[in-house]
Amino acid sequence: MPGLEDLYKEIILDHYKNPRNQGELSVPPAIMEEGFNPLCGDEVKVYVLTDGNVIKDIRIGVQGCSISQASASMMAESVLNKTLEEAKNLIERFKEMMSAHESNIDSAELSEDNNENSLGDLQALKGVVKYPVRIKCATLGWNTFDQIITPKE
Amino acid sequence: MTGSIFESEKIKGDFPLLEREVNGKPIVYLDSAATSQKPIEVIDKMTDYYKQINANVHRGAYHIAELATSEMEETRAKVSRFINASSEKEIVFTKNATEAINLVAYTWARSQLNEGDVILLSSLEHHSNIVPWQQLSSERNIQIRWIPITQDGQLDLSSMDELLADVKLLCVSAVSNALGTINPVKQLTDAAHQVGAICLVDACQSVPHFETDVAELGADFLAFSGHKMCGPTGVGVLWGRLDLLEKMPPFLGGGEMILNVTSDGFTTNEVPWKFEAGTPPIAEIIGLGVAVTYLEKIGMKAIREHEQNLTSYALDLLTDRFGDDLIIYGPEAAVERSGVISFSYRDIHPHDISQVLDQYGVCVRAGHHCCKPLMTLLGVNATARASLYIYNDESDIKVLADAINEAGKIFS
Repeated sequence: MPGLEDLYKEIILDHYKNPRNQGELSVPPAIMEEGFNPLCGDEVKVYVLTDGNVIKDIRIGVQGCSISQASASMMAESVLNKTLEEAKNLIERFKEMMSAHESNIDSAELSEDNNENSLGDLQALKGVVKYPVRIKCATLGWNTFDQIITPKE
Repeated sequence: MTGSIFESEKIKGDFPLLEREVNGKPIVYLDSAATSQKPIEVIDKMTDYYKQINANVHRGAYHIAELATSEMEETRAKVSRFINASSEKEIVFTKNATEAINLVAYTWARSQLNEGDVILLSSLEHHSNIVPWQQLSSERNIQIRWIPITQDGQLDLSSMDELLADVKLLCVSAVSNALGTINPVKQLTDAAHQVGAICLVDACQSVPHFETDVAELGADFLAFSGHKMCGPTGVGVLWGRLDLLEKMPPFLGGGEMILNVTSDGFTTNEVPWKFEAGTPPIAEIIGLGVAVTYLEKIGMKAIREHEQNLTSYALDLLTDRFGDDLIIYGPEAAVERSGVISFSYRDIHPHDISQVLDQYGVCVRAGHHCCKPLMTLLGVNATARASLYIYNDESDIKVLADAINEAGKIFS
């Protein structure tokens, strides 16, 4: 499909067709949050089970488009068994990538590649920035996950 | 327009936007239920207004102020004739249909409805004809009841007698924006009037596409927007029965809506200006007047005929080409629906469908269409929606079908 390769990269379509960490966890001990995208009606449920400071398990239920499903699936895979601080750091860097201006994407990629904190596979989602309406799809799962691991005021 | 030959090619040429390309492809605009494109006459008229007669209305006693005022008031008369109102005083200009419905909620409803009263809504309503009533409901402890729908997205009127008990207000759309269902408005307003209820009709999806006669519909209030009927954004219309409008308290306070103001208080202006506080959207109202003339020139009967034929063509083509892979929501027959075609294709999310379609220049809406309660009833989160208008033709439908096929290839 000419023009859409940046959006529908192979790894994204793979996570969409074979989503990782699907399902539910019993609450409690797990914590669950729901997120909505009022623009398109997408809904996500994120379940997180922690053991001390470590994310022992994470399960996702998404009713949404390929981008919201793939992004949530990739998120779950990348935060599993990480500490809360590491996860928090990853959320911040992912959001930073999503808020990059289209014209800066390429330079952002260069600095990422040389960085030991590289986002790895998650960089595949960078193309979403070219389609501003879809950024909310990509960040839906992340924002919901963020609500769980960020202590409420 | 004469006979049954609808000159869609010529009509397309009236709309400058339809000459552009999107992603290197000629644009195929199929989102007129969200907003229509504007003919050059409307665009030129609004530019001319600013170049030639821009002045505030109902105030200055100088030439251009009089011109602006008379052009605006001529539009009121034109709109009044267009929907067969009994007086131009029944036409209130608002900023959109949502404001028109809220005007009724804040003035008529808040002065007439009390605890224990019931508002009856159809399950096909747009959020703009739901949320204002939910706001009122929680404020006054007023009950909201819903008319259910059948499997094919039509209103289920089998238990109307029970539904109508204690109903003081019926709110129904003439045509569903999400499914295209044409609702039996006259039958509903007759039944509601039998129990003494007042009827508000959301006509956003009908006025641009069908002949409208407020008397024939049996409405007491009717709301519609200008931008879905070839007019500009920023102007909507509330039609109300004169006797009701006259008894209603004003809506927003300010200039224009008063007769006199003293340090002790104010007296309100006459209808309809009582409801038009502040400087109105003058250029937009005048632009709407040109849009009405444009539609009348083509003829509302011819418009409906064209859209029904094209809808029928589209339903057949999509069904033949995609079979069970493509689900079309709403009534089966084109005669029972407007040019709105809500669909899902395989299990591809509508967002993804519309993204791929955009690559082929095809503009469709994806989402819940501001009808979340309806989507819940249908058991879907979202649909893709193609909606037709006067400038669409069979070639647009073919491009749509080819693009849907491409979406299938990516997500197979």
